[in-house]
Amino acid sequence: MRHALVLGIAAAVAAAAPWPQAAAQTPDPTAAEFDKFREIMEQDNPAELFEVKGEELWRARRGPKNASLEQCDLGLGPGVVKGAYAQMPRYFADADRVMDAEARIVHCMMTLQGFTYAELAKQPFSSLVRTPDPVSLVTYVAAQSRGMKLAAPQNHPKERATYETGKAIFHFRAGAFDFSCASCHGVDDKRIRTQPLPNFTKPDQAIRAVQGWPGYRMTGGVMHSLQWRMNDCFRQQRFPEPGYASETVSALLSYLTVNANGQVYRGPGIKR
Amino acid sequence: MRLASAVLLAIAAALLASCATPQRDYRPDALAIMKRDFHARGSAGMDRLNEDAVQAACNQHQDNPPQGVAEKLQKEQSAAIKWPADGKLLGDWKSGERIAQDGRGMSWSDKGGVGGSCYNCHQIGPRESSFGTVGPSLYQFAKLRGYGADIQRYAYGKIYNAKAYNLCSQMPRMGHVGALTEQQMKDLTALLMDPASPVNQ
Amino acid sequence: MAEPMKIRATLQGDVADVRVLMAHPMETGQRKDAAGKLVPLHFIQTITAQLNGKTVFAADVSQAVSRNPVFAFKVKGAKAGDKLSVTWQDNTGDKRTDEVVIRAGS
Repeated sequence: MRHALVLGIAAAVAAAAPWPQAAAQTPDPTAAEFDKFREIMEQDNPAELFEVKGEELWRARRGPKNASLEQCDLGLGPGVVKGAYAQMPRYFADADRVMDAEARIVHCMMTLQGFTYAELAKQPFSSLVRTPDPVSLVTYVAAQSRGMKLAAPQNHPKERATYETGKAIFHFRAGAFDFSCASCHGVDDKRIRTQPLPNFTKPDQAIRAVQGWPGYRMTGGVMHSLQWRMNDCFRQQRFPEPGYASETVSALLSYLTVNANGQVYRGPGIKR
Repeated sequence: MRLASAVLLAIAAALLASCATPQRDYRPDALAIMKRDFHARGSAGMDRLNEDAVQAACNQHQDNPPQGVAEKLQKEQSAAIKWPADGKLLGDWKSGERIAQDGRGMSWSDKGGVGGSCYNCHQIGPRESSFGTVGPSLYQFAKLRGYGADIQRYAYGKIYNAKAYNLCSQMPRMGHVGALTEQQMKDLTALLMDPASPVNQ
Repeated sequence: MAEPMKIRATLQGDVADVRVLMAHPMETGQRKDAAGKLVPLHFIQTITAQLNGKTVFAADVSQAVSRNPVFAFKVKGAKAGDKLSVTWQDNTGDKRTDEVVIRAGS
């Protein structure tokens, strides 16, 4: 009698499980080829050149305040760089908001070195002729979390709220084409042209949102970070433009990173 | 008997705990920070963040609206389709192929014309292997469905406004939002429906 | 101003496996900038490597090599503690030398 009751409830729990049963789909073979290609290219990644540059910038006295970034608190204490990237986005009391790594670097460049948001946000993404300083800096910072498990915290209430807000943004359909992030990245085994589209709502695929960023893009030989990637996604979604290092972007990065928590981050990557 | 009750209580408590805190709706928070953090650029204005009835219904119901809601809105979307005045739905399939290949238009970096972006999501002609799989294959579209006027109308209608047929389809409403011209949509319809089109060989 | 190289040299027996990452725009002279003007030719022309001061590798390079190139080569007769220096020079006369100490391989 006892066992039957327990089994009955167990069956009820199983039936009510919230995880949808995805239809079995054959994985895309082109995706495996892209992975192989990336592995080979990662052995000598020009991103390392930007890691070196980023470290120089971290230590150099710069800006109107003629100060280095060595007192910048990335969440593990002033100046602690090792492991910090893997534990972001996180809440920062001095800014009273959740920040991703690049937003935090921008914050430190403003508060410690005296740069203004306007000048840092003017042209924040790499071009053929120029790599903005925050991009080299975030590449350096990210490299110091190479080989570590992602552990974006969800302790502070604002960290949890930011995750949920990011999730809502991710699923928000709007723009001229009615696209949300989920339109492309909320389903399994799809691709756009020949570019695989990982399902970021699932942990084992969400890692692909974080892995390889910041990334050296061979097309054009430019270094790009997640701030760029979020911006470019909104462009392709036919949305207006999100503010550089804004809470909107941090919220999305929070959603993606927390979904990928527990998995190993391999450091700055390389892309086609 | 006491042990069984204790076990039952424990399981019940666990069940309650897992659904005790239904997540509140964070969409208002999301909308608020998006309206604050986004800015217009190029042709992409802030009005694009305003949900129309279709987007609101799909957002509210996670792309799975109740039948009544879906039917009503689909009817409205369908009624708004502007059918060609000359009654002809087939254009030139060769132009259609070019339009299907063209992924430009409507983003803040696009300055010129608008293409259909069709190959981004669909397999269409037999010679293009760089096709997406977000949408179903359209290869042999008419060959499989028939060449009649009703299928022509379905194809044109879908291209004009996919939501008229399936409210929360991921396919953009290329005619409804003024992305494609009537001629472009006729050419795309021909790509799918013309017996001479490579799609139907 | 030449940016630093990243040199990795690991020993396998007495052969050093050397990989050099160079930061350089490697302009082909055929690219047009945003204004439509041709970006002038700017590329690494020569690369040399010295092991404890003796040249062990020399290459003439053309503008066909892509931006931020990677060069990999092997040097026989190396041992742990040896100094390996790499120098590149480009068509504008700019040059860069970086040096590493060869480490024992795994």
